[in-house]
Amino acid sequence: MKQYFKNIFIALWTILVGLKLTFKHLFVRAVTIQYPDVKLKLPERARNRLYVNIDDCIGCKQCEMACPVDCITIETVKALPNEDLGVTSTGNKKRLWVTKFDIDISKCCYCGLCVYPCPTECIYMTDVYEFSEYKRHNLIYHFSNFTPEEAEMKKKQVEQFELEQKMKKVVKPSEPTTVSNPGESEMKS
Amino acid sequence: MPEILNMLIASLIPLLFILTYAIVILWVEIKVASHVQDRLGYMYTGGFHGWAQPIADLVKLLTKEHITPVSADKILFTLAPIIVFASSYAAYAALPFTSTFIASNLNVGIFYIIAITSFVVIGILMAGWASNNKYSLFGAMRSVAQIVSYEIPTALSILTVIIVTGTLNLQEICEMQKGGIFNWIIFKYPPFMFITFLIYFTASLAEVNRTPFDIPEAESELVAGYHTEYTGMKFAMFYLAEYANMFLVSGISAILFFGGWNSPFGEFLSGPVWGVFWFVSKGLFFVFLQIMLRWTLPRLRVDQLMYVSWKVLTPISFVNIMIVGLWAILK
Amino acid sequence: MATFEITTRSVKGDLKTDTMILNMGPQHPSTHGVLRLELVVDGEIIVDVIPHIGYLHRCFEKHAEQMTNYQQVIPYVDRMDYVAAMGNELAYVLAVERLMGIEVPERVQYIRVIMAELQRIASHLLAIGTYGLDLGAFTPFLWCFREREKILDLFEITCGARLLYNYIWIGGLSHDLPSEFGKKLKEFLKTFPKALKEINDLLTFNKIFIDRTANIGVLPADVAINYGCSGPMLRGSGVKFDLRKNEPYLVYDRFEFDIPVGEGKMGTVGDCWDRYYVRVREMEESLKIIEQAWEQLPPGDVHSAIPKKVRPPQGEVYFRTENPRGELGFYIISDGHTSSPFRVKARAPSFVNLSVLPEISKGYMIADLVAILGSVDIVLGEVDR
Repeated sequence: MKQYFKNIFIALWTILVGLKLTFKHLFVRAVTIQYPDVKLKLPERARNRLYVNIDDCIGCKQCEMACPVDCITIETVKALPNEDLGVTSTGNKKRLWVTKFDIDISKCCYCGLCVYPCPTECIYMTDVYEFSEYKRHNLIYHFSNFTPEEAEMKKKQVEQFELEQKMKKVVKPSEPTTVSNPGESEMKS
Repeated sequence: MPEILNMLIASLIPLLFILTYAIVILWVEIKVASHVQDRLGYMYTGGFHGWAQPIADLVKLLTKEHITPVSADKILFTLAPIIVFASSYAAYAALPFTSTFIASNLNVGIFYIIAITSFVVIGILMAGWASNNKYSLFGAMRSVAQIVSYEIPTALSILTVIIVTGTLNLQEICEMQKGGIFNWIIFKYPPFMFITFLIYFTASLAEVNRTPFDIPEAESELVAGYHTEYTGMKFAMFYLAEYANMFLVSGISAILFFGGWNSPFGEFLSGPVWGVFWFVSKGLFFVFLQIMLRWTLPRLRVDQLMYVSWKVLTPISFVNIMIVGLWAILK
Repeated sequence: MATFEITTRSVKGDLKTDTMILNMGPQHPSTHGVLRLELVVDGEIIVDVIPHIGYLHRCFEKHAEQMTNYQQVIPYVDRMDYVAAMGNELAYVLAVERLMGIEVPERVQYIRVIMAELQRIASHLLAIGTYGLDLGAFTPFLWCFREREKILDLFEITCGARLLYNYIWIGGLSHDLPSEFGKKLKEFLKTFPKALKEINDLLTFNKIFIDRTANIGVLPADVAINYGCSGPMLRGSGVKFDLRKNEPYLVYDRFEFDIPVGEGKMGTVGDCWDRYYVRVREMEESLKIIEQAWEQLPPGDVHSAIPKKVRPPQGEVYFRTENPRGELGFYIISDGHTSSPFRVKARAPSFVNLSVLPEISKGYMIADLVAILGSVDIVLGEVDR
């Protein structure tokens, strides 16, 4: 009997304690923000959308190897001996044309593993996190300066060059073909 | 002819009241919930703290597709929400909003309200059965068991008040409590009328399926209980009935214990118009209390619910009714 | 309110009542993911529970074998117990380090302890918050989330991710602690006990909550051991077993902390309330560890021991750590000549703990099953892997 009344009393008391707390919290400042209007500043290490500074890329494919979900696809074409690709901002000499540098951001798991092996620090994660798209293929980012046609042309040139090199071994060397740089047109993904 | 017109107007006023009240209280519920939880809640629709969101929700519900499950009992499925809403709406007829307005001044007002709100049980059972869903059925069975058992402490605590007032007419009960805060029934026979009020309030929470007695629609166990399969307007009817019931039981507590439409300051700020203000604000206060309880407490289990009803509320209200009765005789 | 005796219903005479099969999940609000429970119920009383798992199976172990190196497995490990990713990384990384025989600097070990304990608090906050939600209390859930968010902010400034960190690397860490970490950590350590007290007042000691959880889902110590339960499940049954104390790894042997065990304070030892309360008290203990670790944190370079190429010698290793949910072990076989693991087997605590569910939930009601399942605290990402 005593336990019975004690139980009722405890029940009422704990309910009152709870009510007091919830009532107090009615007047506590909300911790949430109105997201699209107010945005929190992301920390400097925030890992969000990948970005590639293609001018610095030397086409070493280290990031492609590091990616655990294979979301990076890189194709490179060897530069011809007469072509000078310049150096990257870190001073590495570029020897390959990066004809294709695609990142399928819908596959990306934002682990950041591709960032560390890059010798020229040209692939990095930015703090952009609003990049939803209506079409899935829009999520494949093309970072290369080459259009597919130009890449095709480049490949043919190299094949031709290699053919000529082979020929050279057989016949006397002829005039080397001059190639204009197709990577001049600025293309942003 | 004018008589019919009168009746129509008298019946429309509670309906209009329910609709406006439901929109307001939906907003209040969401805002209270979010602020209790240190959130902002919705802020955009309509400008100030998203006040228009309930209206938008209502429009959305009205325009939604009516889905009736293939294996559902179509007639019962459609009828259930109507019965649930109709019974709670019909109860508003005997609710005195002010000294001059009551839709139907019955001399058995409170008895009528208890009787008519029992219809909710039928509607809920119909909804649960007709949905042909195990979760709905569970919810309906629980709900019926719950409402039927909690009707006893409710009725007993109302009976205690009737002993004090000597009348079943709600308008007369209000008249009796005129003249300031100390004439309210809650302060009579201290502290027994307060205990009566506690019993009534607890039991009424169960009657309207609010936390901690919301087991018929316990979303973490039964998904949504008896209205799992309902969409659109039919779902809105259930929702509206729930909120209408909330105000109904709160209004009855205001009338039976807190002076109804009487001003707490005696003659000051009294009159028919102020009467509406006092009645509605008292009612809304208890609705607010119900909302606060919902966002504070976990819910009971079905057998514990029965325990509270049969082993706590009912015996205590019997003892209470005996003491109050004896006291009334001896006085 | 008194305690409730539950007996299975007996019907006298020849009248027989039929049992009903109720499918709970995979889309059910309180199965914590895509778990499907096939319930055989007699009215509201549970006769049998048959868990069906595998809806979230992602071939973790096969994926791990197909990676090109050991480092690439870490993002996959993160996704096992996705609410305690730091703990998973830690277990995997420690296993690989043991296999390779790497000695990591002290600073790295201390930071790993701090991260693992912060993750434990975050994970337990989620566990008790969702447990309240299962029992119908909505507010504690969001209060817990509010606190958890502060921990996630700490993780975010440290490694840039909020949930799947890839922070603990083989031989080191991806980043050293940022300069503002200490200030924010101290602030958290100061405010958290207050918030925990509020949650305790609102939920833990609420009479309704106690009635819902005490004497429900009683797991006796011998059953818990027989089923291989670990973590708060085991300690809730009164068995004082914690790998941080019994088999110390990292620098756990340098800190003073208690191992909370279930005492049957509100009912029987090993009931849902005990399991719940063990989690609450573990958070307090974790706070102690973090405080001590922060004070002793030595300077150093977190990258110094990271090997250039992770190619463990031929052999196998099993390493187990105390994850928030229990004993997480990784069994790794290296064939010695490739740079990817030959075999990775994870011993997931949630999976093992879930196996005891049918044993402890028979004879209770549907509402109790929700309470029991919540107290097991499963993460389906880990159960199905």
